[in-house]
Amino acid sequence: MSLEITNVTRRYGEVTAVSDISLSMAPGERVALLGHNGAGKTTLMKMILGLTHLDEGSISVFGATPGSHAARSASSYLPENVAFHRSLTGREQLLLLARLRGVGRRPADELLERVGLHRAADRRIATYSKGMRQRLGLAQALLGKPRVAVLDEPTSGLDPISRGDFYNLVNELSSNGTAVLLSSHALTELEARTDRIAILLEGRLVANAPLAMLRSQARLPIRLRVAARPEKSDEVADRLGAVRTSGRSIEISCLQDEKLGHLGRIAALESLIEDVEVAPPSLEDLYRYYSGGGSI
Amino acid sequence: MRAVFAIAGAELKIALRNFWVALAVGLTALFAAVLTFAGSGPTGTLGVDLLTVAVASLTTLTVYLAPLIALLLAFDAIAGEADRGTLALMLSYPVSRFAILAGKLSAHLSVLAFALAIGFSLAGIMAWGIDGKAGGVSETSLYALLRLWWTAVLLGAAFLGLGYAISSLARQPGVAAGLAIGLWLVFVVLYDLGMLGALVVDNGGFFTRQVFPWMLVGNPADAFRVVNMPTGEAVALASGVGGASKAVSHVVALAALVTWSFGALGLSWAAFRRIES
Ligand SMILES: Nc1ncnc2c1ncn2[C@@H]1O[C@H](COP(=O)(O)OP(=O)(O)OP(=O)(O)O)[C@@H](O)[C@H]1O
Ligand SMILES: [Mg+2]
Repeated sequence: MSLEITNVTRRYGEVTAVSDISLSMAPGERVALLGHNGAGKTTLMKMILGLTHLDEGSISVFGATPGSHAARSASSYLPENVAFHRSLTGREQLLLLARLRGVGRRPADELLERVGLHRAADRRIATYSKGMRQRLGLAQALLGKPRVAVLDEPTSGLDPISRGDFYNLVNELSSNGTAVLLSSHALTELEARTDRIAILLEGRLVANAPLAMLRSQARLPIRLRVAARPEKSDEVADRLGAVRTSGRSIEISCLQDEKLGHLGRIAALESLIEDVEVAPPSLEDLYRYYSGGGSI
Repeated sequence: MRAVFAIAGAELKIALRNFWVALAVGLTALFAAVLTFAGSGPTGTLGVDLLTVAVASLTTLTVYLAPLIALLLAFDAIAGEADRGTLALMLSYPVSRFAILAGKLSAHLSVLAFALAIGFSLAGIMAWGIDGKAGGVSETSLYALLRLWWTAVLLGAAFLGLGYAISSLARQPGVAAGLAIGLWLVFVVLYDLGMLGALVVDNGGFFTRQVFPWMLVGNPADAFRVVNMPTGEAVALASGVGGASKAVSHVVALAALVTWSFGALGLSWAAFRRIES
């Protein structure tokens, strides 16, 4: 295992930031850590990196204790809201970090190109936009082929295209065997881009499974949205035994195994409808379900 | 070791670009020049060379300036990194905390040593230029100037250490800056004022004989003053606390200064080591 977290608890005074969490990651696995503000994501990550101590439990980073030289050599970290020194240029900052990691100049220059900073590389960081600073942060997290990459809200501040580019980098990392643990508040972007989703709720791990499994476990309703032809919406609603939600749109909620039956009945009304849309439960719905403690 | 050099290099760049270096060099050079020039009046009457007079006034200046520059360089060293989020990042790298601190220290100490060297050289050159024929510079006074420089670097190291300790404990640049100002006031101004007041009130009693010598070595700035006290005929030049500081020998004061430098750096190490981020 690249990362093994066993029954870890961390308290800050009265607050239990992380409560009895166990989680393990195989090489190359991509795990998304979700949770409300203050759920304990950052705290868990800091414990993995040895930046703060654990009150109970144990963590092993590629076989080493967090904070040990071996663990730090094997892991990389992107802190949330990292702002580098304003007086240095992007290249100087990355080169400094590359030296600290024992990596040469060349990989640093290549990474600047990879994250699209090559043109701004020799400007002071003071002149960077938030997204550019975030890219610099990403670049340093990729230095020296880490075994475990811990990325705290890596896509915050990135535009949609850059987010796509970022997940390509994550894929590349993971195909080289790096286990990637990342936290995020942007749920939609995680679909199809992570192998597993772990949801924290007030410090507890309430879900930890691949997205498809979370979907089937939650048994959340699928929504069918039917757009009726003009003047036909009441008739359509009547014949489907459903309610009109707004204007000409009619919505039906059903479980996975009832879906096809409903679709058949809708298809039979072809002359009365314009379109039908199938909306599986979104990650948002799932997140709400699991972070609501099991009820919708 | 590679990490120490890498960090020191980056810190030097930062100090240059933030105009800390320019400020430090400018301040010391300006004051050194002014003091040397002002000293060119009374030399004739005292029968000592100009540089000796200059060293005496430079000592007083350095007591204020070296700690100030050191604290300016040091207060942001840890707190600033914590504030920017780069401290957590650095600590997650395979670099020892010792290397991080050593890197910063070597950069800051170099800046300080460089600034003082420029200022003091300027004083030496001026003394020679103004009063060259009349023996404005003697071998003894050159040695005194050299001693002033390396002991000033020691004094700076003590305050760098104190500054890093404050910076580690405060964790916020604003708080660290406030504490640094307070520390400077206490060590450089209030301590001496209190001591002088006590001397006057005590009028040669128990305090003057038993407590005062210890108080002189209890503050790196005073220890520095004693180390650089002119010997022999020029004692008359020393003013204020200096005049009464014959109570402690040069050697003891030097030992105290060295202890302070290493002690303060040890303190900063202890404070930095304990940080969790
Ligand atoms: N240094 C600290 N001192 C005291 N309490 C802390 C400290 N750090 C975190 N906490 C508390 O621990 C809990 C978890 O915080 P954490 O930063 O891990 O949340 P998070 O999931 O990362 O939230 P966000 O999504 O807002 O980043 C919160 O209740 C927080 O107040
Ligand atoms: Mg967080």
